[in-house]
Amino acid sequence: MSEPEDDSSISPSRRRFFRSLSLIPVAVALGSCGDRPDDRSAAGAAEKSYAPGFFTPDEWAFVLAVCDRLIPADEVGPGAVDLGVPEFLDRHMQTPYASGAIWYMQGPFVEAAPEFGYQGRLPLREILRVGIAEMDAHCRKAFEGKAFVQLSGAQQESLLAIAEAGSLQFEAVSSKLFFAYLLGEVRNGYFADPAYGGNKGMGSWKMIGYPGARADYTDWVTVRDKPYPLPPVDLAGRRG
Amino acid sequence: MATVKPRVDVIIVGMGWTGAIMAKQMTDAGLTVVALERGADRDTQPDFAYPKVADELDGSVHRKFLQSLSQETVTIRHNPAGVAVPYRQMGSFKPGTGVGGAGTHWSGCHFRALPEDLKLRSTVEKRYGRRFIPDGMTIADFPVAYEELEPHFDHFEYVCGTSGRAGVINGVIQEGGNPFEGSRKRDFALPPNPNYLGAEQFYIGARNMGWHPYPIPASNASRPYVNPYGCQMGPCNFCGFCSDYGCINYSKASPNICIIPVLRQRKEFELRANAHVQKVNLDVAGKRATGVTYLDAQGREIEQPADLVLLCAFSLYNVHLMLLSGIGTAYDPKTGLGTLGRNYSYQNLNRVTLFFDKSVQANAFIGNGGAGTTMDDLNGNQLDAAKSGFVGGGIIWARQPGAGPVRGIAVPRGTPNWGTKWKQAITDSFRHSFYFEVQGACMSYRQNYLSLDPTYRDAFGRPLLRMTFDWNENEIKASQFLVSKAQEMSRTLHPVSMVGDAKKDGSHYDVTQYQSTHTCGGAIMGADPTSSALNRYLQSWDVPNVFAIGANAFPQNNGYNPTGMVGALAYWSAKAIREKYLKNPGALA
Repeated sequence: MSEPEDDSSISPSRRRFFRSLSLIPVAVALGSCGDRPDDRSAAGAAEKSYAPGFFTPDEWAFVLAVCDRLIPADEVGPGAVDLGVPEFLDRHMQTPYASGAIWYMQGPFVEAAPEFGYQGRLPLREILRVGIAEMDAHCRKAFEGKAFVQLSGAQQESLLAIAEAGSLQFEAVSSKLFFAYLLGEVRNGYFADPAYGGNKGMGSWKMIGYPGARADYTDWVTVRDKPYPLPPVDLAGRRG
Repeated sequence: MATVKPRVDVIIVGMGWTGAIMAKQMTDAGLTVVALERGADRDTQPDFAYPKVADELDGSVHRKFLQSLSQETVTIRHNPAGVAVPYRQMGSFKPGTGVGGAGTHWSGCHFRALPEDLKLRSTVEKRYGRRFIPDGMTIADFPVAYEELEPHFDHFEYVCGTSGRAGVINGVIQEGGNPFEGSRKRDFALPPNPNYLGAEQFYIGARNMGWHPYPIPASNASRPYVNPYGCQMGPCNFCGFCSDYGCINYSKASPNICIIPVLRQRKEFELRANAHVQKVNLDVAGKRATGVTYLDAQGREIEQPADLVLLCAFSLYNVHLMLLSGIGTAYDPKTGLGTLGRNYSYQNLNRVTLFFDKSVQANAFIGNGGAGTTMDDLNGNQLDAAKSGFVGGGIIWARQPGAGPVRGIAVPRGTPNWGTKWKQAITDSFRHSFYFEVQGACMSYRQNYLSLDPTYRDAFGRPLLRMTFDWNENEIKASQFLVSKAQEMSRTLHPVSMVGDAKKDGSHYDVTQYQSTHTCGGAIMGADPTSSALNRYLQSWDVPNVFAIGANAFPQNNGYNPTGMVGALAYWSAKAIREKYLKNPGALA
């Protein structure tokens, strides 16, 4: 599905990109104290390193901003943008999975209680695409013509929280559903094997102490008195 | 026009556990067998090989080892007055597909049914009186006794290299096993697997409660093993990719490693993968099956004639095929008439998660699907239903099939779903929490049933199977009771915090949340042809050369995982076919 990427093969510009990202925790720590402009530094760098094939430029800007809000870089660990989650999302949206390959997609499409799951006709990639457009349309109405990415971080967070609760009135797809799938995909990109484009350098695995694809713990099942000692490995055999 | 293939003795529809068992037994008897599997052929190499199995996105999001719902699924509604809608995204239950079926992605919990659970209605009526069973609850005795199944439970455990500790051997209670189990003739094939932290803590908690903890019988080999068929298994290395995944290690028992290697050598056996059976063909009178019609990988219609048709698909699809083929009469909840579709039941599963500080190394990424610790003190005869207020018991267990961050990390109550606080919480929890689950029985009811959907169709134009199911007060009470007991036990272990998810009063069946793949009933075995689709040998009452093997035969579900019972029933049925039916083809009961 993807070309495994050895650390040594990262281009100099890409390396500069990662170095610049290491500064982000400070910016975010400052920014989280109050309103601040959206974090364009990460967005700008990521834009240079990866050319999206699915998302339009406007959607890509939204994806970069929303990744940074949902999983920010902070003192706990790397953020979603640092780890390449926008790239994951763009690539994942181009898979059969995101086109509904394992969903039942035949109609009629009727309204049903939430206990029955999403009953609409949109596959995942369209839920995200339509939801992004709805979110931007909402922002333009509510914030004097500004798109989501032009709002402050705090405003963005507040909008996402309202969407999460299902309280934004979207027309084509419910804001709650859009948010749930968006968050699910951001988390998938943050945690999935680096082969899929996110979780670069196994950053999320290191943060939580997940050994990744090691898949052999015979020697550690009954050890109680010390933390599991080995760093993660990924599907390509790289060690974190 | 369909291409007509040469006649064979036996057709097997579906190549999971029951298909593999029946194919082995029928070819042992010298019969020619064609197995038709709707999915792809699969084997450890290359399909379950390391490292590509160790990929959470592919396994748990793309659901590579499960059935895709795009071609066929079911519709679901809560009651007979509702309009059913499709099960569009996989959630509550996860049928498999391909050679090995759900037997490749199961976890490995391998129980025998309790003797009293096999005669549930009689047991309840005798102990509490007839009127104790609520109106509309349609539970029934299995028409087969534990003693009759014992050799088959035993054989299936030895085929699977089941690792556990006997509780009762020839009537004598054994230290460390389940003292409440039905008596067995000998110990398990292998000793139990080692305990991870949660399984060890369960022993402490359960003893604090005065219970009798024991190792969950697990078909995840604890030692190198060669089964009675000469198939080899290797010891489980706790890789943590078990439930939902194929086994990389020849450790988790599956049809693919425990039975099919023998079948592949046999000239009497032919496996056709990507062969999707559309219906069972009957003679003009509808009293005898003449074979099946299936679509091959290219969608060409093929007719396969045979003398005997064994339905070995996933329980729901066995019922679907019978309904589509007119094998039996569709059940109508209004009149209570008809046999096919009745007594659909499920499993009543809830979880309690315990969070600890960083000194506690729970290491949830270490996992073995079936192994762990459980107890039967609130199951079977041990549960006083007069006091608890519900019928059917359940078990509480510590299990750890292996967790990873894509599969989700439990966090303490009140944690946001994103942002820095969420990151902190998952980082604190991931290595330092474990869970206990309650797995309760699920009774059958007049209005919980399976039928054909009037609106939705599968990719081949056939009506989808429609499931009408909701929780009843009995199961909600059971959930609340068992979860409260699990929480009481958990508190004795002093977690920093705990979350539990007992069903709330009036709550409805939620298909979006994974609960269990233990879908049962719909074509049940019974003693009476007016209230069951199958006789005690799993033979159709209506079309005697059709047998439907699987959890579809359960009149209701007990507190255990069904696979041990399903395997035993398959061997029980195979024995009847070999010893009785083949000598005198016709109704066995």
